[in-house]
Amino acid sequence: MTQVPALSLTDLSKAFGGLRAVKGVALCVAPGERRALIGPNGAGKTTLFNLISGELAPSAGRISLFGQDVTSLPSHRRAALGLARTFQITNLFSSLTVLENLLMAVQALERTKLMLLRPVSSYPHLFARARAILESVGLSDKEGDVVKNLSHGEQRQMEIAMALAGRPRLLLLDEPTAGLSLAESRLMTELLKELDSEITLLIIEHDMDVAFALTDRVTALHNGSVIADGHRDEVKANPLVREIYLGSA
Amino acid sequence: MTGGRRRTLGLLAVGALLLALPPFLSAYPLTLLTQGLIYAIFAMSLDLLLGYTGLASLGHAAYFGVAAYVVAIMTTMHHAGFWTCLVLALIAASLVSAIFGLVAIRAVGVYFLMITLALGMVVWGLAFRWVSLTQGDNGISGVPRPRLGPWSFAHQTAFYYLTLATFLVALGLLLLVVRSPYGMSLRGIRESEGRMRSLGYNVWLHKYLVFILAATFAGLAGFLWAYYNGFVSPVEVQLITSVETLLMVALGGPGTLVGPAVGAGVIVFLKNFVSLYTKRWLLILGGVYIGVILFAPQGLMGALRTGHHQNRKTLGWPKRAERGGPW
Repeated sequence: MTQVPALSLTDLSKAFGGLRAVKGVALCVAPGERRALIGPNGAGKTTLFNLISGELAPSAGRISLFGQDVTSLPSHRRAALGLARTFQITNLFSSLTVLENLLMAVQALERTKLMLLRPVSSYPHLFARARAILESVGLSDKEGDVVKNLSHGEQRQMEIAMALAGRPRLLLLDEPTAGLSLAESRLMTELLKELDSEITLLIIEHDMDVAFALTDRVTALHNGSVIADGHRDEVKANPLVREIYLGSA
Repeated sequence: MTGGRRRTLGLLAVGALLLALPPFLSAYPLTLLTQGLIYAIFAMSLDLLLGYTGLASLGHAAYFGVAAYVVAIMTTMHHAGFWTCLVLALIAASLVSAIFGLVAIRAVGVYFLMITLALGMVVWGLAFRWVSLTQGDNGISGVPRPRLGPWSFAHQTAFYYLTLATFLVALGLLLLVVRSPYGMSLRGIRESEGRMRSLGYNVWLHKYLVFILAATFAGLAGFLWAYYNGFVSPVEVQLITSVETLLMVALGGPGTLVGPAVGAGVIVFLKNFVSLYTKRWLLILGGVYIGVILFAPQGLMGALRTGHHQNRKTLGWPKRAERGGPW
């Protein structure tokens, strides 16, 4: 790779006591690339995401974001470098409204978040940006609804909206279609297809149709190790991958 | 008339009464009202921590007491004036919380509760044993009423209005804070710290700052208390004081500011009323607490908002679980 990779994992490992969840994973994602991360349950995919986003500290190895070593940086500093993620289990501010959720996301990387004595309403640019994002994911008419009253599908849309608020350069999507019906999955796939092509995407997906519709490079994980990494047709044809995914893809 | 409008009118009515009634009240009700207002400031400061940020502290009285002791010591031993005492009391409260916060904020949930309890005990222990400074459990008596230039606040009515003015200033400042972008971030932290971190918030810093802010306002209440009571002792920093204040917030409605202020008034009046008939105030307090959890987990303000009907449907546990936190 001649250009600086968006994400570079070197010999990344994570052990929880005796359980080695991630074993020496090496990964390189180019800027603007769309990469799918597949693997059966327990393969270590979400743990890998948690290592990349900073929720978990690695037992060994290094993580680089756009050429910068972030291994010891806390989550919020990685976000400032252009990293955003969605969660597999919806993680929104459930008793706040849709607009309030977006406002929270929009001001996260701005100086205004530490402003003490002026009301939020005196920062119209925050509202404008929040509304623009809601428009782009199709949730404009739900602005005043409390998040816990939204349908599951709408909440998954919110997850994407929240992640887009900080203008990320690298977006980690953890099972964006989790719990969605076929129709909802299709809508979600369309939404994700329309994302800015400059954003680098790393997607964990169990639904192979969605994974292959959105990406052309695939990394397969099994028991914490990478077992295949390359173009999706190669990985699809990989005998080890076929063995593990008996019956799917 | 909508609920919101009814509430605003109700609050304005209460405000009008607070302003106009006192010259017609006799001494005892007036002192209760003054006490209620001082505890209202204390309760609102705890609400900032508990209701808005989701940090339940069992040691908030530490900062209330530290400020009260500063006033007591400075007035009786150094004859310091009103403004000197105010500045020193607030600095003392924020300094102690800044130090304690370094230890406490790293803890989450139940552990935060335990650490704040322990730190509160540390302050109580110091108040008890550092006899040369605090006179131990004899306490410091003879704290005179303040003078502001030519005006003396020795008279109960004058001191009441001073307290009311301070309360209104505190309420105004706290309302600004909770409506600010920073205030909004506190709610986000209460709902989901993990999300806040991944969005880019330095959650530790925001929690640390609110800890100090809440302690400073508690210090403001303690400052007034020393003048009001004329006597400061380890009682000001004991665990029961922290617990009673926690109950004021729970009873009034966490996360509403005005609710805890009302809760403070209710508890102060209840305590003084009940004490006329029985020594078992703590038993009653416990009963009230259980009642709040079972029947009005969102407090009085919450019950007014959603309507009595809705609260009766649940026993409160699901709401607790939704809100999260270390209850």
